[in-house]
Amino acid sequence: MKATLHRREVVKKILEKRGDLLVVAGLGSTSWDITAAGDCDLSFPTWGAMGQAAMIGLGLAAAQPRRRVLVVTGDGEMLMGMGALATIGVQQPANLTVVVIDNERYGETGMQPTHTAHGVDLAAVAKACGFKDAREVRKQSELESVTEMIHVSQGPNFAAIKVSDEKPPLVLPPHDGVLLKERFRRALLGSSADVLAEKR
Amino acid sequence: MWPDEVHRELAAGGVRLVGYVPDAGHKRLIELCQADPAMRAIALTTEEEGIGLAAGAWLGGARSVLLMQSSGVGNLVNVLGMVKVCRFPLLMIVTMRGEPGEFNPWQVPMGEATARVLDTMGVAVRQAGEAQTVAAHVRAALRIAYQAQGAEAVLIAQQVIGIKSFQEQSNQ
Repeated sequence: MKATLHRREVVKKILEKRGDLLVVAGLGSTSWDITAAGDCDLSFPTWGAMGQAAMIGLGLAAAQPRRRVLVVTGDGEMLMGMGALATIGVQQPANLTVVVIDNERYGETGMQPTHTAHGVDLAAVAKACGFKDAREVRKQSELESVTEMIHVSQGPNFAAIKVSDEKPPLVLPPHDGVLLKERFRRALLGSSADVLAEKR
Repeated sequence: MWPDEVHRELAAGGVRLVGYVPDAGHKRLIELCQADPAMRAIALTTEEEGIGLAAGAWLGGARSVLLMQSSGVGNLVNVLGMVKVCRFPLLMIVTMRGEPGEFNPWQVPMGEATARVLDTMGVAVRQAGEAQTVAAHVRAALRIAYQAQGAEAVLIAQQVIGIKSFQEQSNQ
């Protein structure tokens, strides 16, 4: 079944009313996607550390249990860190959603097929790991339920959104890692970003 | 005992998240962290996950520590690039394998390379060769990590752990 959704439209839609949502993006295409949707201090797009986007999301969700956290990553990135789905399943962060923008390709390296092109079902893996809600999404009409998952329903939640294997123009976020880290912490933590109590 | 002293240092330093891949040498410290209501111990499928966890925790304002054995350091190499390029604070406590007293020759190559691998990727290495020095090294590493955004690893020598055979390990 050929995917008909377009990645940029999907990501724009799910970030449309992001409010105070905290967003982590996997390296490559999904970092460009969240930037195309509108760069934001409360976004942490990665340029490396392939396989770690979901775990960055877990650390953030554990540190900020009152905030909603969204990880947007690609199928190749998720496959490299698939153990994270098991770790998240065990931890059960109620405020975390992982969305895989699944084009079944390694988009940055020549569009080679990933395992999802050969039938590996990431939503089924997430479900088996104990995610509360884990689904595959193929239709525009289903995106509203993904937004609900991100902002409202108890997590951990997972959606693999099947998208066409197009390559939209690059829209790059800042690439200075220190800047990305510090702008995120200042936007989230304010003045306490600089000083933390030594004693509890 | 050093695990109790280290746990006190981590508690005093405000560490809230403890990522770990189990090691016999960390058994007591993991149990102390699990029993501490102010800490959350998170079991990982691979040490790499601990770097993502620590980065995310810091983005959210929480201090963390990673516990692993030396073989796990080999799993970290690429993702330590993120720690360096973003200057994420990082505190690792690594129990050594492959040193004198090792019973498994397959542990030796990574044990021999552990300090060099960390150094190569920009992680400062502190070698705790005696049980009574471990806590002081952890205190110093924690300060540098969280007051100066440093990446720090405390390596606990195998002679401190003192396990020499499969039999002893399985009897723990």
